[in-house]
Amino acid sequence: MPEMVNRPYERAFETYAMAHPEVLCLSADLTSSCEIDKFRDNHPEKFLSLGMAEQNMLSFAGGLGLAGFRPFLHTFGVFLYRRPYDQLMASVAYPRRKVRLMGFLPGVTTPGGMTHQAIEDISVMRSIPNMTILETGDATEVESICEAADSIDGPVYCRVLRGSVPRLFDTPIEVGKMRELALGNDVLIVTSGISTEEALRARGALEAKGVSVRHLHLNTIKPFDAEAILDHIHAVKGGVVTLENHVTEGGIGSLLAEIMADNGVGKRLVRLGLKDTYAHGGSRLYLMKYYGLDATALVAGVEDLLGTQLGITEDDLTTARVDAVHSTVKAEAL
Amino acid sequence: MMSTGRNMKPTEEVALGIRRRVFEHAMRNNGGYLSQACSAAEQLAWLYNEQLTIGEPTLPMVPEPFGGVPSADNPTYHTGAGYNGPVRSDLDRLFIAPAHYALVAYATLIEVGRMAPEGLDMFNKDGSSVEMIGAEHSPGMEVHNGTLGIGLSTAAGLAWGRKKKQETGKTWVFMSDGEVQEGQTWEAIQCCAHHGIDNVYAIMDVNRQQCDGAMNSVMDVGDIKTKMENFGAHVVSIDGHKLDEMRDAVQEKHKGKPLIILANTSPFRGMPTLQRRFPRLHYVRFKSEQERAEMNQDIARALGVAPIDYGGVH
Repeated sequence: MPEMVNRPYERAFETYAMAHPEVLCLSADLTSSCEIDKFRDNHPEKFLSLGMAEQNMLSFAGGLGLAGFRPFLHTFGVFLYRRPYDQLMASVAYPRRKVRLMGFLPGVTTPGGMTHQAIEDISVMRSIPNMTILETGDATEVESICEAADSIDGPVYCRVLRGSVPRLFDTPIEVGKMRELALGNDVLIVTSGISTEEALRARGALEAKGVSVRHLHLNTIKPFDAEAILDHIHAVKGGVVTLENHVTEGGIGSLLAEIMADNGVGKRLVRLGLKDTYAHGGSRLYLMKYYGLDATALVAGVEDLLGTQLGITEDDLTTARVDAVHSTVKAEAL
Repeated sequence: MMSTGRNMKPTEEVALGIRRRVFEHAMRNNGGYLSQACSAAEQLAWLYNEQLTIGEPTLPMVPEPFGGVPSADNPTYHTGAGYNGPVRSDLDRLFIAPAHYALVAYATLIEVGRMAPEGLDMFNKDGSSVEMIGAEHSPGMEVHNGTLGIGLSTAAGLAWGRKKKQETGKTWVFMSDGEVQEGQTWEAIQCCAHHGIDNVYAIMDVNRQQCDGAMNSVMDVGDIKTKMENFGAHVVSIDGHKLDEMRDAVQEKHKGKPLIILANTSPFRGMPTLQRRFPRLHYVRFKSEQERAEMNQDIARALGVAPIDYGGVH
């Protein structure tokens, strides 16, 4: 099993923020929930409590950007765009303010139900001109998200994992560069965020059944290098399966669909994720199973794509080892 | 006694000039934001002619055409803030929070010598930066405020940042009373109070009108002054057509609090015949050639100018 890292954001943000004078820490009454409570206590001069008033916070952050600061906004992802969408557009995205939107508890990683689950955030953010979207899939990516986000010349929305996070990778996020986790030639699996851990689990079981898997992990969702992924799509005999902690409309499944259609790729695409549905409150494992966001769903998606039953059981998936990925350069050696 | 302002012209004359320019424009274009000129002329004249500490314009007197929206592919993009002079730590900034007052704001820029009169001819023309609802790239604008209620929050963020950097310039917001129907306005005031942001200054045109008509018929907002005070602002309520009251109001001590001047105004001031159109004053489009001709005569007389030759029947 991979190493589990406790509260990786907490340390990473403090280290980054203290090395960069223009970085400010903003919170909307979810300070400990976003792992910045120690930062608040240790560095009050760089911390701004904006309260439960997200509309003001987004425009206020635009004003801070105008003053030359680079505010990091901390709250649950859902609160960064649903209520303050107008402010996000007019005060942050249009003028390309260097506002860093740190969205915690993406998708079904919260038990908070519909009001707390950012299930369409990527879709919304992808359609906003000037917006960059990053998503973390492991502890190393969480540890490097601050530097990656702050390198963006404009606004950036980040899906950030919190709490106990597995370490899958040992190299930081390189903005715009997908991770090539396996380079098989039967089927291409594309994942991001927590879906990648599921895919690693499914991959072991699939490969045990003789399926040669090509697996890409996306941490930069927008902008996106279509050319790079086209090579991978062309490299597999079968089609593409996407799995995302998000609705299947507008996220990475749609991203792949657009790229394939734009380039006339005549291969099948199976998009897995929340199927035009809201979720409800529950544990992450329960929700991932209930809504078909887990390794089992991914195996079923591959079976659908290949038109064959592979006979993989739940036990096969449960016992599949998920090891840390020690290199993105020689991914095929994993 | 007349006081002379930064433009070496009495502020009263600037205000009259604003009304005359907006009137002329509305006549030629068969309508416009006339009542906003009536209510706000003194406030904008006072800000630009007396109160704001701003530098010489940095952009051409005749506005450039629309230069594209901000994007990574548009490196020459700039806002219209250069009409308010350069960005400098000791200079003031001004946001026009209700961007629907753009016509009045442009007329003010002309009256104080910051934009050429030709600028107004470009108003709402395709390909022009002199947009109907002031955009970031429109003369005198620095941020988008067409969506009402976001201006004060942006100013608060800018002001907090400027204070942190020990900049001495003030951040001013021209506001409209309709904005108090938006919850964000209250979020912004409580935020200023909580963080002690007292380098924010607002003057609000309280004309009691909004798009659908009189505010008390659309959504009554009650006692704005008391509500704002309860949210933590220092509020001064004045007659928004009396310059001396503005001059006094801005002197009030407001340590730790934003200063908000409520300028109570008449939407007919200087153009009494507009009362005929009450309560639909937001954008006055003449209903008939006859009404246009009558208003032309009446308002011209009230403003002390000749009727506008707009090519119609006289």
